[in-house]
Amino acid sequence: MQDEIPDRSETTISPPSVIGAGQTFASVTDKISSIALARRTPLAWFIGAGISFLLAMMLFYTIGYLVLTGIGIWGNNIPVGWAFDIINFVWWIGIGHAGTLISAILLLLRQQWRTSINRFAEAMTLFAVASAGLFPLLHTGRPWLAHWLFPVPNTMGVWPQFRSPLIWDVFAVSTYATVSALFWFIGLIPDLATLRDRARKRAAKVVYGILAMGWRGSARHWHRYETAYLLLAGLATPLVVSVHTVVSFDFAVGIIPGWHATIFPPYFVAGAIYSGFAMVMTLAIPLRKFYGLENFITMRHLRNMAKIMLATGLIVGYGYMMETFTAWYSANTYEEFMIRNRMTGPYAAAYWSLILCNILLPQIMWSRRARGNVALLFIISIIVNIGMWLERFVIIVTSLHRDFLPSSWAMYQPTVWDFSMFIGTIGLFLSLLFLFIRFLPMISIFEIRTILPQAEVKEAGD
Amino acid sequence: MSKRLYGIMAEFEEPTRIVIAARRAHEEGYRKMDAYTPFPIEELTEAIGFHHTRLPLIVLIGGIVGCIGGFFLCYWVSTIAYPLNIGGRPLNSWPSFIPVTFECTILLAALAAVFGMLALNGLPEPYHPVFNVPNFEQATRNRFFLCIEATDPKFDVEGTKAFLRSLGAREVTEVES
Repeated sequence: MQDEIPDRSETTISPPSVIGAGQTFASVTDKISSIALARRTPLAWFIGAGISFLLAMMLFYTIGYLVLTGIGIWGNNIPVGWAFDIINFVWWIGIGHAGTLISAILLLLRQQWRTSINRFAEAMTLFAVASAGLFPLLHTGRPWLAHWLFPVPNTMGVWPQFRSPLIWDVFAVSTYATVSALFWFIGLIPDLATLRDRARKRAAKVVYGILAMGWRGSARHWHRYETAYLLLAGLATPLVVSVHTVVSFDFAVGIIPGWHATIFPPYFVAGAIYSGFAMVMTLAIPLRKFYGLENFITMRHLRNMAKIMLATGLIVGYGYMMETFTAWYSANTYEEFMIRNRMTGPYAAAYWSLILCNILLPQIMWSRRARGNVALLFIISIIVNIGMWLERFVIIVTSLHRDFLPSSWAMYQPTVWDFSMFIGTIGLFLSLLFLFIRFLPMISIFEIRTILPQAEVKEAGD
Repeated sequence: MSKRLYGIMAEFEEPTRIVIAARRAHEEGYRKMDAYTPFPIEELTEAIGFHHTRLPLIVLIGGIVGCIGGFFLCYWVSTIAYPLNIGGRPLNSWPSFIPVTFECTILLAALAAVFGMLALNGLPEPYHPVFNVPNFEQATRNRFFLCIEATDPKFDVEGTKAFLRSLGAREVTEVES
């Protein structure tokens, strides 16, 4: 119980506390709810949200053009039938995983430090899954027939193929989206009640009141609430592992060299958590600075996230190593060629940048001083985000563009629409995030109350 | 006092105090009571005499229904509704049905957890008498409330008020229903 040591000076080696000193129930409530209830929206919010919104508009324009014209506007070709759409899908889904990991797995492991970052990490999951879902949906070419992906009775008498990883993916991702949304909303209910009671404007009171569903903090309700939350965490934990496992099956079940590998499920799950924590860091560092939340998202949070990134990054490194080793050890010409082509072929630059971004540069986080340097952590988190995107590019494009038959080889070049769609989803993601931080408490208020020292019931006086 | 009374509400400032108060009230023989707090307090749930929730059972049933339903969906589609012979593999190729079965299990169990919790708690509930208490807005901020309800056999307006005051309540108010 190292958390109990009070009054720690900056020079000691023990980690800083999960919450700043001198906070009360009232002060944490007022501080966090004031951000959502503020009368005046900060100018910087308008600038940030405005830019994100413009990028989201670019996405909608791209989608409009895409639906009217067809997916021929993308650079996809044969043999590279899966390109930016699947790269971005896997990238976004992976980013979402850290939110579930923080809210579910760290809850089950009783890691108190998760409390300040779980809410916006969950929101990040939700918005990342929303961005991810667009890609396969639009890659179908006829998104208005997307319900055919589900087993819906129809006049043609046709049903989905349950032996295919692609239908597993439909089930995994839609379950993941549903459970993440439920988990997030259930976590919000007590805080929505707080906002309902703290709101001064009639309209805000009504809206928060409807969303809070009449929550009154009854001890009986809390008991069932806590049970439900814990059970959801227990359900979300295997779910989050299964989702990226199923995503990796999309590749691993195929016979393409570079995809057909048993290492894929653990390697994909670790990569997902790696990129997800990088994204949490990318978002948390500017947020805590701008809204003055250093007492809630402390250095301890950033240090812990850096350590998790270091650990998952090494697992990813092991994955790269094993891919190379297997290619040699299998003595299979096509596997060997695939790795040689990755390292020295036309996309070698992408491969080596990926090694640089995901493996070499993040090793600086071994240093305690580096983990304490907020600006450096921010830069590393961006680098890892880029690295994880490149990883998916390398896996998908270099494996597909030169497979078994040299006569079917081709190069892949993304078009401007590939980029406008990808950058557009970043805009959509950020727009949703800006709306979230403006109107909802970005830190779970009631959970912060429970970790304050005065929340403890003292039995001695009884 | 023409209006019907829902109960007597006592307001406390600290979690320890309300837990002690709830225990005393339980010892005194009060049973129909509830506490309202800004965050979950495990000891308080026990103090008011609430131990058991059926929620885990509901979630288990949801999970089992999802598991059987998910597998049956794959089985029925692949062998009965739309049998496709692919490379001579068996129609009931159950290992490939496991991912969908698993996802359906999780989905139904999670839905059961969320909607089961809301149903058992009786939410959404737009009106509740405790919201009439003047300072009840603070129950979602930093105050702790204990309400002894009028339906309790031991309930007596003046007696209960005096009892709650003796527990060190900051404020004691009547709750109109």
